[in-house]
Amino acid sequence: MKNKSLVSINDFSREEHIRILDLAGAFEKYPKQRILEDYVVATLFFEPSTRTRLSFESAATRLGARVIGFSDSSSSSTQKGESLRDTILTVSNYCDLIVMRHPREGSARFASEVTKVPVINAGDGANQHPTQTLLDLYSIRKTQGSLDKLNIAFVGDLKYGRTVHSLVIAMCNYNTTFHLVSPQELKLPSSVKMHIKDRNLAYYQYTELQEVISKVDILYMTRIQKERFSDPMEYEKVKNAYILRNSMLDGSRSNLKIMHPLPRVNEITTDVDTNPQAYYFTQALNGVFVRQALLASILGVVE
Amino acid sequence: MEKEDSRKELKVSAIENGTVIDHIPAENVFQVIKILNLEKYNNQVLIGSYLDSRKMGKKGIIKVSNKFFKSDEINKISLAAPSATLIVIKNFEVVEKKKVEIPDRADNIVKCFNPNCITNHEEVPTRFTVIDKKELRLRCHYCEKITARDNITFR
Repeated sequence: MKNKSLVSINDFSREEHIRILDLAGAFEKYPKQRILEDYVVATLFFEPSTRTRLSFESAATRLGARVIGFSDSSSSSTQKGESLRDTILTVSNYCDLIVMRHPREGSARFASEVTKVPVINAGDGANQHPTQTLLDLYSIRKTQGSLDKLNIAFVGDLKYGRTVHSLVIAMCNYNTTFHLVSPQELKLPSSVKMHIKDRNLAYYQYTELQEVISKVDILYMTRIQKERFSDPMEYEKVKNAYILRNSMLDGSRSNLKIMHPLPRVNEITTDVDTNPQAYYFTQALNGVFVRQALLASILGVVE
Repeated sequence: MEKEDSRKELKVSAIENGTVIDHIPAENVFQVIKILNLEKYNNQVLIGSYLDSRKMGKKGIIKVSNKFFKSDEINKISLAAPSATLIVIKNFEVVEKKKVEIPDRADNIVKCFNPNCITNHEEVPTRFTVIDKKELRLRCHYCEKITARDNITFR
């Protein structure tokens, strides 16, 4: 994987995904290793994403790398009208690896073609966010012991959720049974369902959250945003229908874990947080180990 | 009938040597000219637009003197004119006739229909993989979105 850019989850093979997950496991055991002391990592955030940026910077710093960059485009020369190409070419002179987040779709692919420095996509518009998918895979495997033959429920905004789309596509490699819970207006797009159908995997669609809770190993919650609805009345009708409360978890499987890409607003009530089935904050921690694994393998420090 | 046809044919006179691109959808004639870069071609180009056609109702035709297109060059026009026929002329005689074929890739011909795609904001040639030739569906190499027949516009 040395010098290989990670733009789209499909840039890495299934075997490479597994390799990253194994490596992340090793970093979880020994998170502080100064193996990247000679390296500079640039984090270029053309739009703010504090959580993702801090996770990458924490991963790099714990491995001893130096981090340079900016956290939104107002503090970069993009504000002065510089093209993305010029910014990438310039920054490439200063670093060994670029982590970038950009509001335009395809920007990370473009950047990876402009420069010889490897690029990790930390989100390009509504398109891809592969490190999120990898940390989700890591979290699922770690809590369930394996990625094979699981029952996974995706809840909330399945239409616009980039995180959901990538994870569904990635899980199609592992004989998953999908339970899709969403309001009518926010159902999983057919372009994503196509992947499930291509693999002849089972999927079930629901509008009621309570129906799936006892059937699944993973409950993947997402936020429903008001601005996604053409009719505000529709939002008012469904806004409370996809909230997970601790009392709803009675009768769930003992191995069930609740995941969420964060930030959470109100879709999981805080009384769930102390339930051992709540996994979302640990999921965020896992992101650091997965990003350590990616940085170390792309920089060629580990095989 | 025969007589009427030959009279119509005369609306765009014959060429001695070169290529005739026939059965172009009437509205896309000028698009084909652009894709083939014929605006800058310094030889005879005869253009017929909105001619009557028994097969198509209205059609366009372009006759390019002393030009024999390579197949990848001509396949580019298939996106604008999937119905087009290519006729190679030597000494006023038809020596070859074939239909255009939709290519596997379309580089820098089509615009990505996604307004938020980087190719609509930076100076970068577009690149598409043709994922469905029958329905004409193109996947953008950059934003990974699908541009379909109904959304195709040319650069």
